[in-house]
Amino acid sequence: MSTLVALDGLEKRYEAVRALAGVDFGVVAGEVLGLVGHNGAGKSTLINVLAGTVVPDAGRIRVAGEDLTRGYDVTTATDRGIRCVFQELSLCPNLTVAENTRIVHRSIKGQGWQGRARALIMATLDAIFPGHGIRPDRRISDLSIGRRQMVEIARAFTETDTAVRLVILDEPTSSLDSTAAEQLLAYVRRRQADGVATLLISHLLGEILSAADRVVVMRDGKIVADRQASSLSRDALVGLMGHVAGQPGEAEGRRRLTASHVLDGPGPGGRHRLQLRRGEVVGMAGLAGHGQTAALLAVFDRPREFRVAAPLAFVAGDRQSDGVFPLWSIKDNIAVRCFAALRRNGLLDEGAVTRLALDWQKRIGIRTPDVDNPILSLSGGNQQKVLFARALASDATIILMDDPMRGVDVGTKSEVYALIRQEAASGRSFLWYTTELDELVHCDRVYVFREGEIVAHLQHDEITERAVLQASFRADDPLVA
Amino acid sequence: MTIDWRELVRASLPALALAALLAAIFWLQPRAMSYQGLNLLLNLSIPIVFATLAQMFVLTVGDLDLGIGGFVTFVACVTVTWLAEAPLVGVLVLLAAIGLYAAVGALIELRNLPAIVVTLGMSFVWFGLAVIVLPSPGGRTSEWLIAAVRLRPPGIPLAILAAVVIGVLGHLLLMRTSFGVVLRGAGGNPRAITRAGWSMLQIRMTLYALAGLMGVMAGLTLAGITTSADANIALRYTLLSIAGAILGGSQFTGGRVSPIGAVLGALVMTLAASFLAFLRLNPDWQIGVQGAILILVLALRALLDRVAGGASR
Repeated sequence: MSTLVALDGLEKRYEAVRALAGVDFGVVAGEVLGLVGHNGAGKSTLINVLAGTVVPDAGRIRVAGEDLTRGYDVTTATDRGIRCVFQELSLCPNLTVAENTRIVHRSIKGQGWQGRARALIMATLDAIFPGHGIRPDRRISDLSIGRRQMVEIARAFTETDTAVRLVILDEPTSSLDSTAAEQLLAYVRRRQADGVATLLISHLLGEILSAADRVVVMRDGKIVADRQASSLSRDALVGLMGHVAGQPGEAEGRRRLTASHVLDGPGPGGRHRLQLRRGEVVGMAGLAGHGQTAALLAVFDRPREFRVAAPLAFVAGDRQSDGVFPLWSIKDNIAVRCFAALRRNGLLDEGAVTRLALDWQKRIGIRTPDVDNPILSLSGGNQQKVLFARALASDATIILMDDPMRGVDVGTKSEVYALIRQEAASGRSFLWYTTELDELVHCDRVYVFREGEIVAHLQHDEITERAVLQASFRADDPLVA
Repeated sequence: MTIDWRELVRASLPALALAALLAAIFWLQPRAMSYQGLNLLLNLSIPIVFATLAQMFVLTVGDLDLGIGGFVTFVACVTVTWLAEAPLVGVLVLLAAIGLYAAVGALIELRNLPAIVVTLGMSFVWFGLAVIVLPSPGGRTSEWLIAAVRLRPPGIPLAILAAVVIGVLGHLLLMRTSFGVVLRGAGGNPRAITRAGWSMLQIRMTLYALAGLMGVMAGLTLAGITTSADANIALRYTLLSIAGAILGGSQFTGGRVSPIGAVLGALVMTLAASFLAFLRLNPDWQIGVQGAILILVLALRALLDRVAGGASR
């Protein structure tokens, strides 16, 4: 078997986060390779490097023995037969199925291109998903999400002037029904005989174990295991993904919480209620994008449905898009939630705003010489502190946090954890979505989300990485707990 | 195979609006239903059709061009001065103007700027340049250009012929060629286009250059019809072109455009003005009536979406 792709010593850093910390990775022609890991393990950075959409800081990229590190990009990757189906769809919704096929094939042009594009995509769709019921002239936006995914997958396997040699499938079955998912995995295995390799990323460990020949496990930007699938079990995989010693959350003398609920509503999926007591820190875990943010927004937007008994504040995780006001000063960014309370004679009291900002700058340690500086003069971690200060400076006693520690340095993190504990002790309640397993030790209880539903409710002494991972990764068929 | 009736009705809305308007005009003034009558009615539509196409090319990539009115004015002023007096200089200036349009597209792409702001700024540049070129109303369009727009092809008025040709050419370019697919795809999902290895810079520059070319055609034909120009001549083209393109089925979200619809939309906007004249209403009401027609058509479209959305669910 010949090595198709070899990546050596890949490094990639995003601000404070080391997404890839020296990864050596290879794909052999004709194999089905599974790639698993928890949030932030570095899987998506790795496949983006392979696909040519992310340039690594260091490392070597060789395809079929040829060193292509310099200037490796999407075109190089596609020319060598490397295709990627990304998790968020890469189809143009305004174009038809056939037109989307044309987009990825430069050679489909000139007289009769439409006919050729139609024939190409239909032949591939028929081969992978017989009975798919998709017409080539339908616009993508008119198709169901499952059919869109079928089109995207089939498109990755279409061939014109270059042969397909490696297809990267990132959560390919997430919106396919079980029939289509089986059809896809059967097709992937059929193509092995032609030497087409597949890199499969999935949160369905059963799927990985049954489809893949070999499984690579990533954790904290490194590859921690590379085994034959036949030698692995689901439990073994879960064990490899988490840290070896899954300590229960540090005790720190948690008091028994008997206080009444400040929030009590139906949890998504209906199996567990979403509840929060006074002074409680409740975590929302699971793989990224499995409904945690939606649940937080539901609480924020429809407080009545969740019987919210106290004012709410929201700490955004995506600082750039829904956190900071980029053109404002630091102090206005801190005080915006309290502007109503800082009025004097109907106008904003500048002195009060400054006092509030200085007070919080001191309490939370925002590193700036002057709170009148623009918010963008701060580092990412300090901007995040501003967002915390905004929520904590307000009258809100329920704080909703949408994975706020994304890309924040370790020092800031420990400062904020201390702050959360302190605020909880003084009676504030936190509903905390986090993608980092380590942060769950700070929680009194944890809800684990999967596919938009709460699938597990862990009490304080049950919170272990293993338990969270077990619940996050579905082994078998849908709706089997 | 089933026909998507919703899509069909949607696509034919601008045509229905045009037919309704024409019917109303013919009913008010039967003499308009002749070669001469149509010629007069639609005389001014050719430059508006071109300007609307220009707007549509920019809408294709999800941008909005607030500078097209200023640009058409500038071109018209160049046409009645430099192009008439020193044709070579005039041609070079117009080519440079198209190049500048492409450069604006490049700037928007490279610096990730909001197109609406950049093009608004450019509109002042174009109006300013127009005043410098032609400080007071006047100038004289070249005879060949005047003759060209006064052409009387047998059987079918020039304005209608031009509209058909422009619409069909635009449709072929944007909707049928493999090249047009990439341009529209860029409006629908720029990331997907980049991931497929295309350059958003080239695409945006191409679309802005096409818009510039259409703007030049609008300015030339406008100067041909009016035979002279002034620095306010196409002030209203910006809003007319947006209204025409949107009425014709293009959307602000990008990638959803229709060249034939844009041509029909431009004709509706032109006729709305004449319609008032036939009603013997004060021309001050013109903008109001154009707005009312726009609201009516868009409301119908929204209603259609709601009805169809409910049915398919």
